[in-house]
Formats: sequence, C-alpha cells, structure tokens
Amino acid sequence: MDLLTFARGPALQWSVAIFFLGVLWRLFGVFLLRRKKDYSKPRSTHLWRGAIKGLIVHLWPYKEFRPKVVQSYILGYIFHIGLAIVVFFFVPHILFIKNIIGVGWGGLPNSFIYITGAVTIAALVAMLVKRIANPVTRLLSNFDDYFSWFVTIAPVVTGLMAAAHWGGRYEHVLAVHILSFELLLVWFPFSKLMHTFFFVVSRGTTGALFERRGTSA
Amino acid sequence: MAKDDDKEQTLGEVLRQQGVSRRGFLKFCATTASLMALPPSMVPAIAKALDKAPRPSVIYLSFQECTGCAESLTRSHSPTLESLMFNAISLDYQETLQAAAGTAAEAALHDAMKKFHGKYLLLVDGSIPVKDDGVYSTIAGKTNLQIMKEAAEGAAAVVAVGTCSAFGGIPKANPNPTGAVSVGDLMKSGQIATKPLINVSGCPPIPVVITGVLAHYLTFGEVPALDVHGRPKVFFGETIHDRCYRRPFYDQGKFAKTFDDEGARSGWCLYELGCKGPTTYNACATTKWNGGVSFPVESGHGCLGCSEPDFWDKGSFYAPLSTGHWGTAEGIAAAAAAGAAIGIGAAAMSRRHQDTISKEE
Repeated sequence: MDLLTFARGPALQWSVAIFFLGVLWRLFGVFLLRRKKDYSKPRSTHLWRGAIKGLIVHLWPYKEFRPKVVQSYILGYIFHIGLAIVVFFFVPHILFIKNIIGVGWGGLPNSFIYITGAVTIAALVAMLVKRIANPVTRLLSNFDDYFSWFVTIAPVVTGLMAAAHWGGRYEHVLAVHILSFELLLVWFPFSKLMHTFFFVVSRGTTGALFERRGTSA
Repeated sequence: MAKDDDKEQTLGEVLRQQGVSRRGFLKFCATTASLMALPPSMVPAIAKALDKAPRPSVIYLSFQECTGCAESLTRSHSPTLESLMFNAISLDYQETLQAAAGTAAEAALHDAMKKFHGKYLLLVDGSIPVKDDGVYSTIAGKTNLQIMKEAAEGAAAVVAVGTCSAFGGIPKANPNPTGAVSVGDLMKSGQIATKPLINVSGCPPIPVVITGVLAHYLTFGEVPALDVHGRPKVFFGETIHDRCYRRPFYDQGKFAKTFDDEGARSGWCLYELGCKGPTTYNACATTKWNGGVSFPVESGHGCLGCSEPDFWDKGSFYAPLSTGHWGTAEGIAAAAAAGAAIGIGAAAMSRRHQDTISKEE
C-alpha cells in the first residue's frame, strides 16, 4: 500500500472515527453536566434573545478593549475566513465533502484559493508571533495552543505545497497533506479546537446570563 | 523473425539494406534525441552509435498478460519509428509474432539465450505468478518463474514492458489469486538474477516510449535515468495533469460534470469525472497515441492512471481523486455511538461526584 492509498483509506477512516468519537464524547459530556442553580430573581426571562445578542455583540471587541485586542480580532477573522474559503470552496475539497454527504456546490478558481491560502498562512504566522512576543499571552500559552496552531497551519501549507509541486512528488505531498488534515481531525476533539462547537454555546450562555441579570452588554 | 546472418550486421547496415535512406535515418535519430530530451548536438552521436551498433538480440517473454502490450508495440502505422526499430533489432523470440511454434519456438529461445548469453535484451510482458510454485501459468511445461530465472541469467538488461511486468498490474489486483509479482519484485527477493531493469509501465505502454528506451540503450549502452519506480524519467518525469491541454480549465475551476454536458463538449477538465492525471506519470499528453492523433483525455475520458503501481486497486475510475476510500460507514457509526456513551458516562460520573460533595458539605 502506497502512502496516498494509506492516507485516503485506513488513515482517513480511523481519523474520522476518532473525530466523531471524541466530539460526541465531549459534547455529551459537557451538555449533560449539571448546571448550577441560580436562585436570584431574573430581571429578564428572554434568555434566548440574550443568547443571540451575546453571540452578535461578542463578534467585535467592546470599545474599551478595542485598542488592545482589535489586531488579534482582525487577524483571527482573516485566518478563519481564509480557512473557510480554502476548505469549502476548493473544488477537490468540495468533491471530498460531496462524496460523504452527497451534496456539493460551486467552487472558486484555484488561483483565488491559492492566494487565500497564502494570506491565511500569513495571518496564522502573525498570530503566533503576537502570542510569543507578548509576555502575558506567552505565559498563558501551553502545548495545546501551539500544537493546535500547528495542526491548523499544516494542512494549508502542505496543500499549497502540493498545488505548487514543492517538496517532492505530487502524490507524496498530497498524501502528507491528507495525513496532516487527519492529524487535525484526531487532535480536534481533545484540544482547544473544540471551540468550533463550544464558542456558540459559551457565548450564548454568557449572553443569556447577562440578559437574566439585566447587564447592558 | 531475423535470420541468423543478420545478427553479425550493424544496425546501419540492416537499415540501409531495407532501403532506409540516410536522411530517414538521421530524421529518426533527431526524433529519438528529441523524445529523450537530449540536445540537438547529440544527434550525430546517436547516429554514429546506432549506425555502428551491432544488431542486438531481443528475447520477448510473455507471462500473465493480455497481449495488449505487444499489440501496442506492433500496431504502428507504416513507416514509423516503431517499425524501424523492430526491423532493426533481432527479435529472436516472441510468442505472438514468431512463425515457429511448439518445440521449434522453444529451440529458438534456447538458441538465442545460448548464443547471445550476457548480451541479449530481455523484454518481459506480463506478471509472474509465484503462489503454489507458480503453477498458474506455464509454457512448454515450465512455470513462468522457471523461464524467467533462466532468461534473466544471461540478459544484459531487462525491460519490463507494461504495468503487469513492471508492477504486477491487473493479475496482482486484490486478492491476487495467483500470487502475481513484477520482474522487479523477483529481483528484489533474489528469485532471479539482478540485472539492469527498466520499467516501461502503462496498460499498454506507449509504443514510442519503448522504442525510445531501446534507442537509448543501443546508443549509450546503459539504462536511462530512472524515477523512483524504475521508469525512464524522460517519459515518466511529469504527470499527465501537468502536461494536459485541459489543465488551464482545472486552474480556472471549470469542470465537466458528466461525459456529455456543456463542460465536456467545451473540453473542460475531467477531474470531477475521476481523471487520475494528477497522480499519473506518463508521456500520453505529449507523445500521444495512434501516431500522435490523441490520448484518452483528449478523447473525452479521464486518465485511469494505468502506468502507476496498483492502479486497479485505487478505487473507482470514476470517483474524483480527492474522495476518500471509506469502505463501510459502520466503523464510524460505532465510534460515534461509543463517543456518545463515554460522554454520557462522564457526565453521570461528574453528577455523582457533585452529589457526594454536596452530601459531605
């Protein structure tokens, strides 16, 4: 079995199985936790409205915090949107997804995808530099942060390498690209990458709590 | 088949006898140099070497194969480089082409092996079964493995013609009932003598590729530069995709969705229809087939990847290259169920722990 067949076959099956196992483990584990009872008198009972408001309001930093964090927000948006474009609008990726869920959609020209990938990499590198350069974030960072960064940037870098025919024979680089994505899948449920699912819940919960307490934001 | 007295003649003499002009010969040399990506300055060297080269003895053995490779090599339009080359070599044994049959054919093989011991070129077409002592394919009461062992012993070099002899091909496809292996596998496992080996893969290989390889060997007396799979880099150095005339459409994101839609009629990229061009190394897109008429992608069908090892076991020809090989979804469903169960269990444990703490308080 060559590397590409391994990456597209057994490695893919195992990594997807581990991904689902881990994600469902954590989602069930967290959602079924007993919530602390709040005995205070609610100022508002429109908790869903507060949850949605919380999600929207926290899309951008509060005015008071803006000078300090706005750069991180912008970089964060660039690489998140970049990732979404590269993952969901590159035709081979769409075909991969269509093969699983049976639904496909139109792709974007490769040149646009390549540029987006390069911008995404630049934003991710800038984020890492900022994290290391700032003594506070450096102190707060642990292995999870750095490895999650690595498994996020690796598929983008190897994908661009495959497209540009860098680093070896195409089928080998393609196999490494798929394997790097599979590493992401395996690492995902057990790391901070779970924020993909949890950010909605945590921001919504915060918004709902604020609404109950009658907090302005 | 060549006559015995031809064998002492040089290549140039044989070609002149057959009425090939000096101009035709030089044209052949120039084309060969061009095919092999050699500089034009090499043309006189090639002409000189080929002119003086002794007419080589070639033994062509066929094992587990469909004769498609031999068909490919011989189905050339007259006059072609292919036919020139095949007139210029002394093809001493080829089961499909030779007039002799039975013991006479076997005698021709053994005579050639004896007379040109250490000098003949061995062309092999088809894979070799090794399971159950190789009983699944025998010729004149001998297994393919026995014949291969004897023939490889006295060969100057071996050319594995076609994917079956180069990589095992279709006979080796899962579950490989005959234990089919390639010539290279036999050399690696020490079952036959190790000789310089050139893999000319393809199902079938391109005629001009085999003549190019032979011309290179005759001219330089050595095997050309090979890739990781033992194939001549000059023909197998680039992918079909990279040299494909439809490549600009891939870059623009324009794909045919079916074999008869507007995209297909407009000549758009066949990636979505399962073309394996991006991972297939061969010269189809440049040398083309049928005297340069076209190649499969030009005819509207995606590349099958036939020149790559185990191409038959790499999923559907019509599944896009980027799709995964899933097998069944049961494993994933079981993993999801297990994950949910562990999560529920973890939450239950947490709640019980909270209760214990509350009681203690």
